[in-house]
Amino acid sequence: MQNVAMNGDQAIALAWKQIDPDVVAAYPITPQTIIVEAFSEFVADGLVNTEYVCAESEHSAMSLCIGASAAGARVATATASAGLAFMWETLYIASSMRLPIVMAVANRALSGPINIHCDHSDAMGARDSGWIQLFGENVQEAYDDSLMAFRIAEHMDIRLPIMTCLDGFIVTHSLERLETLPDDVVKKFVGEFKWKRSLLDIKNPTTMGPFDWTDYYFEHKYQQAEAMKRVPAVVKSVSEEFARLSGRKYDLIEPYKLDDADYALVAMGSTAGTLKEVVDGLRAEGKKVGSLKLRLFRPFPAEELAKTLEGLKGVAVLDRALSIGAAGPIFPELRSALFEAPKRPRITNYIYGLGGRDIKPEELRTVYDQLMHNQGETVNYLGVRA
Amino acid sequence: MTVTSLKLLSEREDRYVEGHRLCAGCAEPIIARQILMATDKPVVVSNATGCFEVSSSIYPYTSWNVPWIHSAFENAAPTIGGVEAAYNALKRKGKITEDIRFLSFGGDGATYDIGFQAISGAIERGSHFLYVCLNNEAYMNTGIQRSGATMRGAQTTTCPAGTCVPGKKEFPKDLTRIIIAHDLPYAAQASPHNYKDMIEKAAKGFEANGPAFINVVAPCPRGWRFDSAKTIEISKLAVETCIWPLYEFENGTWRLTGESKRIAGGDRKKLPVSDWLKSQGRFGHLTKEKWSYVAEEIQANVDKKWEELLKLCKQ
Amino acid sequence: MVNEKASELTEGAMITEPGSSRKYKTGDWRSKRPECDEDKCTNCLICWIYCPDNSVIVEKGKRVGFKLTHCKGCGICANQCPAKAITMKEEVA
Repeated sequence: MQNVAMNGDQAIALAWKQIDPDVVAAYPITPQTIIVEAFSEFVADGLVNTEYVCAESEHSAMSLCIGASAAGARVATATASAGLAFMWETLYIASSMRLPIVMAVANRALSGPINIHCDHSDAMGARDSGWIQLFGENVQEAYDDSLMAFRIAEHMDIRLPIMTCLDGFIVTHSLERLETLPDDVVKKFVGEFKWKRSLLDIKNPTTMGPFDWTDYYFEHKYQQAEAMKRVPAVVKSVSEEFARLSGRKYDLIEPYKLDDADYALVAMGSTAGTLKEVVDGLRAEGKKVGSLKLRLFRPFPAEELAKTLEGLKGVAVLDRALSIGAAGPIFPELRSALFEAPKRPRITNYIYGLGGRDIKPEELRTVYDQLMHNQGETVNYLGVRA
Repeated sequence: MTVTSLKLLSEREDRYVEGHRLCAGCAEPIIARQILMATDKPVVVSNATGCFEVSSSIYPYTSWNVPWIHSAFENAAPTIGGVEAAYNALKRKGKITEDIRFLSFGGDGATYDIGFQAISGAIERGSHFLYVCLNNEAYMNTGIQRSGATMRGAQTTTCPAGTCVPGKKEFPKDLTRIIIAHDLPYAAQASPHNYKDMIEKAAKGFEANGPAFINVVAPCPRGWRFDSAKTIEISKLAVETCIWPLYEFENGTWRLTGESKRIAGGDRKKLPVSDWLKSQGRFGHLTKEKWSYVAEEIQANVDKKWEELLKLCKQ
Repeated sequence: MVNEKASELTEGAMITEPGSSRKYKTGDWRSKRPECDEDKCTNCLICWIYCPDNSVIVEKGKRVGFKLTHCKGCGICANQCPAKAITMKEEVA
């Protein structure tokens, strides 16, 4: 175990270095650039055996990943924002082909206007694509998620691609303390890559990516949905194994001081960290509040959320993305999860932090205040000059 | 020595089989079979979306007897690039021992237009693959719409010949020369009527020390409006009129081949473009008096490009 | 008839039986069928190389027949035969 100071991007590059994937194909985009640059240095110094391909676009980067994964290689890549948007169609293709590609997404706002800072709109735009989506809070989680991601995606009952999300700039570029695992521990944890069918298995020629008429497409999609259902159990078991190695225990959702809470805020990413500070401050004042960090967004852990949040008086869902014309993306899914709870809380939505707009503890306090006084609209905007 | 004896070739196992849903008389399966015969080595194929891809992979039927992958429309090149990257990685680790060749098929839509960026990137990266463009001069699979490869004056559903406009206004991109500008080890133009030339070129492409590209004229009975029996006849006419010269670019040297070589040498007659235009319904409107200038423009353009090619081939 | 359940299908929509399209008989597409005058045929195999549907049956270097299960009747073989040995006849009902 080593204690180092790194930013989120460097931590991911380090995780990849320790895992030494067969192929990395990527295209640089702020704020993911440090991942590919740091990894390039490992390649240049012969510290990895990875076949490293500098793609000429993100669409081609994901296409390269699809080809490599289909050919029986362990594949990693990273992108953000417009890059994720550019590869959008290939995301659906990768998941339909059941390719366990691991991708780090440095969450950044989608254009326009063009903005390089943090919000979750990029990953949210891909939430229907059939990828597993994990959101990390800080540099430690960026590192740990990158290690666990391979085990989750590659599990023989799963075989789905996974994106590990981290907040652009806030986590990608901030130096934080990181506990790393030794190389041999990582190698043993991640294990050898096992392919199910490979294009390079020339004795068993496989046709991949066929055409479906109306008579088969629906069944093929249903298979993907069934595979997604098996993900939460795998995430839990992988997390347990990881906890034994690292001492850090992760879960699909992480409640903070919720046991006797009346009011809670729910968030993903770095804001979940800020929330813990706000909760501590309010608790010191005797307020019965808590928070919940949502780590697994796809598949959506409806059951766990319902069990944890039912019985509370009020819940505010913080969304760092907006489906314009509706609400934030987490809000309707969470509300729906609690719809049939015998004692369901009042649930409201707070859109915040778009385009990297900073979110301050005082602002989060006001949300708790609104909850405690039964105020606020169903959908609110936090921190915008309106 | 590349095997081009039909007797010997006929003894090999088919890598592409019957039961595909391509139109009767389609040039694409004819071309694919010839390309696949050009190497003994195992081959992995990627295929862009298009007639050829769709018709050979309707679930649960596949016409492919070799590993094959389709992912999207514009990315046959990086898809096979990924397969190749995996191959390089796994070979280095001793997990793969076979000597495998990588092949991509894409139509003119996938290659001239929507996938242009991706193939250029793959070539610039030195990806070790052979890309074969099946050029039927339009987006045929979606209903015969114009592409960057469509000939001036041709009718397509997005540039029909009406009372005011006589088909496509623009001359096609010379994609083969654009690819050659990447200075890759091997590029060529071929035609399915000259199978010996095609197979020899494909063999060179498979053994090139880096990216290789072959652009093949693929007459389409449906889209070009001609009788399905005439596909091979028309592909030969493309070469004889110099609309589609046969040539290759091999490690920096330009060279004419097949009938084009004999035309340049004076041993064979260069046929007028009007023969080509007469043979297909998509040019039928050009016989009208008011559109005759278009036919003249096409002839002038074909002559100009032929002269340029002769210079490049030092003829 | 298509009635496999989702759980019975291959994962990732892969087709694991190479060349399975042989089971799909495109022969009933045609309205004309090729007939070969054996006396004229020189076994040059030009028909074989140009057939889009692998429907010229060749054994030991000799053209022995047409694969009528798959022949679409395009007529290329008749059009290209140097010996003019092949003619296209109207398909019987």
